[in-house]
Amino acid sequence: MAQEYVLEMRGVSKQYYGNYVLKKVDLKVRAGEIHGLVGENGAGKSTLMNILFGMPVIHATGGYEGEVRLGGEAVRFLTPGDALAAGVGMVHQEFMLLPTFSVAENIKLNREPLIPTPLSRLFSPRLSKIDMSKVRSDARRALDTIGLGIDELLPVVGLPIGFMQFIEVAREIDKTGVRVLVFDEPTALLTESEAEQLLAALKRIASTGVAIIFISHRLEEVRSICDNITVLRDGEVVATTPASQATITMLAELMVGRKTERPDLGQRAVEPSDDDIVLEISNLEVDMPGEEVKGLTLSVRRGEILGIGGLAGQGKIGIANGIMGIFPSRGSVKKDGVEIPLNRPGEAYKHGIAFLSEDRKGVGLILDRPIDYNISVVASLTKGDFLRNLPLGIRIRDKKAATAYAQQAIKDLDIRCTGPSQRVRHLSGGNQQKVCIARALALRPEVLLVSEPTRGIDVGAKEKILDLLVSMNRKQGMTIVLTSSELAELRRVSDRIAIIYDGKLVDILSPDDENAKFGLAMAGKKVNGA
Amino acid sequence: MSAKERVLKTVSDLGLPRLTVILFLIALFVLGAVRGVPVVDLISNSIGRFAMNAMLTLSMVPAIQCGIGPNFGLPVGIIAGLLGLVISMEFGLTGFTGLFTAMALGILLGVVFGVLYGHLLNRVKGQEMMVGTYVGFAIVSGMCMFWLLMPFKNPRLIWTLGGEGLRVTISLSDFFSNVLDNLLAIRVGTFRFPTGLVLFIAAVAVLYRLFEYSRLGTAMDLAGQNEQFARAAGISVEKMRVAGTALSTAMGALGIVLYAQSYGFVQLYTAPLMMAFPAVAAVLIGGATPRTASISNAIIGTLMFQTLLAITVPVTQSVIGGDISEIVRLIVSNGMVIYALTRGQGGGNNGS
Repeated sequence: MAQEYVLEMRGVSKQYYGNYVLKKVDLKVRAGEIHGLVGENGAGKSTLMNILFGMPVIHATGGYEGEVRLGGEAVRFLTPGDALAAGVGMVHQEFMLLPTFSVAENIKLNREPLIPTPLSRLFSPRLSKIDMSKVRSDARRALDTIGLGIDELLPVVGLPIGFMQFIEVAREIDKTGVRVLVFDEPTALLTESEAEQLLAALKRIASTGVAIIFISHRLEEVRSICDNITVLRDGEVVATTPASQATITMLAELMVGRKTERPDLGQRAVEPSDDDIVLEISNLEVDMPGEEVKGLTLSVRRGEILGIGGLAGQGKIGIANGIMGIFPSRGSVKKDGVEIPLNRPGEAYKHGIAFLSEDRKGVGLILDRPIDYNISVVASLTKGDFLRNLPLGIRIRDKKAATAYAQQAIKDLDIRCTGPSQRVRHLSGGNQQKVCIARALALRPEVLLVSEPTRGIDVGAKEKILDLLVSMNRKQGMTIVLTSSELAELRRVSDRIAIIYDGKLVDILSPDDENAKFGLAMAGKKVNGA
Repeated sequence: MSAKERVLKTVSDLGLPRLTVILFLIALFVLGAVRGVPVVDLISNSIGRFAMNAMLTLSMVPAIQCGIGPNFGLPVGIIAGLLGLVISMEFGLTGFTGLFTAMALGILLGVVFGVLYGHLLNRVKGQEMMVGTYVGFAIVSGMCMFWLLMPFKNPRLIWTLGGEGLRVTISLSDFFSNVLDNLLAIRVGTFRFPTGLVLFIAAVAVLYRLFEYSRLGTAMDLAGQNEQFARAAGISVEKMRVAGTALSTAMGALGIVLYAQSYGFVQLYTAPLMMAFPAVAAVLIGGATPRTASISNAIIGTLMFQTLLAITVPVTQSVIGGDISEIVRLIVSNGMVIYALTRGQGGGNNGS
């Protein structure tokens, strides 16, 4: 029975510093089967694949628990080289191709068939000649297998992106003894027809007896091509089902999970409504690499907490960065009806908008400076606060005022530190985030844009950060736009949740909507009606 | 904290370079005292050299703060200062009039040169130290022609016997040598304290401290600390780098004027070629890194570096009868420069 499976992962668990990111995961794949692996960002898909490949990051952080069996034999790969030698291949999401080399050379890269020469006999096989005609014929065979009728002698540079993906695939199937092939979002960068072609190639590869693990966010693709589907959520397998019995709605619901109970967040004097819009974004385009926004229109109600969700790379992160002028953008952003000039960093601050960046250590903090400096410096520069007057009209930073303010903030936000003069480098992630929040509050913003406020922060501190955001919203009436990859977090605190897909708004959902709706919206599908 | 931990912490706070220099200094002083070298002279000499060089080291601070790193292009500023000096002398100005004219001209030219140099550095981001070194070499070499060809007429400046072009070394004794040193100077026996010059440097240090707390100074420092942060706050990082470079170059010009009035001679032609290195070395010994520097780093660093140079000669002469001060100077200053280059873009202050 066990022999039937080429790949078996049994009870695999993995912890990072005491946090389990994988919990007793089982995954079984037969020869010739295409097995779909779906889950939200952070569900554990990449960690699972990293274990399969013996990536150094796994062993540098204490290895994993459980068992991996390949062809019935227990294996434990310590390096990606071991995995490759055992017949586990991976098609990378980023193309690892040499642009000036030909298609054939790229396919056989580092595995070239060799012809010995006197030099190589004398010194080392590394000095052998490359058998170009065999390179060509091997490459041709691999290309034919996936049905790509391209001249194998063309250089890679200048080929369409879709072809590059195919060359990656051809390289993997050319490797002798490949038993398991992993495709990580292979269609993410392809056009529809290219994607279809690739999926057809996948089926052809599977029919030669190779087991394929197919990771994708496009649920309909997964359903149409896979034999079986495993759904991961929060590091656990929530379902393994034959694809024929799965529906997209069901998969979406499984991915997102049960409803998280929403605590009572407190009442407001005036409930936010569409009659009172504070921020109006129309046709916003932002050129943020990897998080492009492609024409977004969205209105933010005064006094609400608006959640912005969506999968990684779909552009949700780009929105706030565009408004703040950090990445080049086009379109229009109006605050209280007044146009905010785009591409001019600092302008948004002047209009009462503050920003907590997802890149806390990069954009958010000056690590080698003390807490009071970090909290006050932007307010000093953009709003002229925390300054004192000297004779002759000279104004300089008022360190005393900054320290006093920092002391109050440390108390209010419960920042754990030795005092306002401690350097922020020495604080924990959660406390650094609180310093960022204090800095944003020092600007006394009407609208606060918050991106990934709980990323890289331990569980206890996460709760505190979210509570802090809620209390700022309820007590001070601050409008908060919360961008997060964690849907559960968005559903806990937001009034409305906008889901972004492919740089555009798909839908605005209520936190109480069913899981399926969220799952579908994140896959780019709007559900009409209730 | 146990005694051992405390010692270890002190060592790591100081950093190895500083610790080495301090221990070496103490050893030299003890050795000097044992061998009967007059310690008062050593101290007097050290203070004199410190005052002479302090402004050149201080000019490193705005450069590091604005993000271009230690200003290896210091000769650009020195040339501006030298121009100020020779122009003031050409008009025959003496005393404080001559000195302040030279300073004003030097600073003015320094700002102009610095702005141009700053724009150049904006185009070679990440390689400022290397490019700066060669810009320094280039301008010094180019100016060798300039000194020779310019129509200076004052016979005390140009070659004697109807020659043309400026001399290699021009004495300031007829103009304004030591005017600032001698202002309120304290003399006790062989001990001499250049009060005027030290006060002047202190005044510049205080002014710079105020500048650091101004909005412009803060913005400049932010640009150097974290470009992305600065940009997000609406600061033009490029402009701030140009401002910092100009300030550094102008302070370099002021530095060479002070140096010359203290030394008593103006040295032209290839003399400024290597002058950036001791200044860079001094500020780094003082605890600066290629990314962070303060006025106190510059002051402490100059004090340590120049003391080292001042006392090596008499002490080693008394012991081995030879002069190894030049060797020590080269080892220390080049060693610190290598240290700076290897630290490169590495962030952080010591102990963090």
